[in-house]
Amino acid sequence: MSANVDTSLPLEYQTEQSRLNILGFWIFLGAEVILFATLFSVYGVLGNRHAGGPTQQDLFVFKDAMIMTLILLTSSFTCGLAIFEMRRHNKKGLLAWLVVTLLLGASFLFLEINEFTHYVHEGATMQTSAFLSSFFVLVGTHGLHVTMGIGWAILIIIQLLTRGLTPVTARKTFIIGLYWHFLDVVWIFVFTFVYLAGMVS
Amino acid sequence: MANHTNSHKFPVHHIIGFISSLALTFFAVWVALKTNLSFKMILFIIGGLAIIQATLQLSMFMHLNEGDDGKVQTINIIYAIFTAVVIVAGSIWVLSSGHTHL
Repeated sequence: MSANVDTSLPLEYQTEQSRLNILGFWIFLGAEVILFATLFSVYGVLGNRHAGGPTQQDLFVFKDAMIMTLILLTSSFTCGLAIFEMRRHNKKGLLAWLVVTLLLGASFLFLEINEFTHYVHEGATMQTSAFLSSFFVLVGTHGLHVTMGIGWAILIIIQLLTRGLTPVTARKTFIIGLYWHFLDVVWIFVFTFVYLAGMVS
Repeated sequence: MANHTNSHKFPVHHIIGFISSLALTFFAVWVALKTNLSFKMILFIIGGLAIIQATLQLSMFMHLNEGDDGKVQTINIIYAIFTAVVIVAGSIWVLSSGHTHL
């Protein structure tokens, strides 16, 4: 693998294997787009079937959705800064921004779990209506992705600490970065079509 | 590609991307909650703003078009987006605009 290392490129692109892995991850993201498209289409069809249960306007709190959106947007930005520092071979900066990103991701997750438990306590569960089934599945799948992203990023941070910044760890960090930005892209659409559209009176 | 790796001392693209994302988010909120446009019109506007913001994330943060495979990556994502639009718009059109009488 170390046979043809092109040092004129950023660390994560230096080996053929890394370039293939990054291309492969983009193809995976294409499949993820389709996964979320199916969940959005279910919500788009069933989102107005409330079966006598609570509606979007009854449940959604604008301030909470807005805070979650701003947190995830900022975490996507700090994740970008982490990769920016990585390309300057600044491992300390990379780790610092990664940790900030993770803390923001964890607070997003905390708020989302709070929101869900609050709904369930109000009697708005997955069994209540087609709206709530499709809502919990769509937003929950995104939340699950954030959870996995946090676990994955912790493992990458451990590798960066033990193995240092190498073409291999740089490629792994770049890929978790792509994943994290992708989660923000999905959230933009959740916020727009679920929360904002749901709160238009 | 090498020339925009270590030359920047300041993450210009990231800051532009972040500020524009914030601006687009607040504008979408304003359109959705503070205007008296029709629901359909609001959906079109905030949907358009979401697509612009997603494109910003893909270009400014994710460097979609970067590297030897930039073209392949871009075509792959465009195709995914096309399929996503067909799935979402198609499902809603078929199932909720009166074509079925269930």
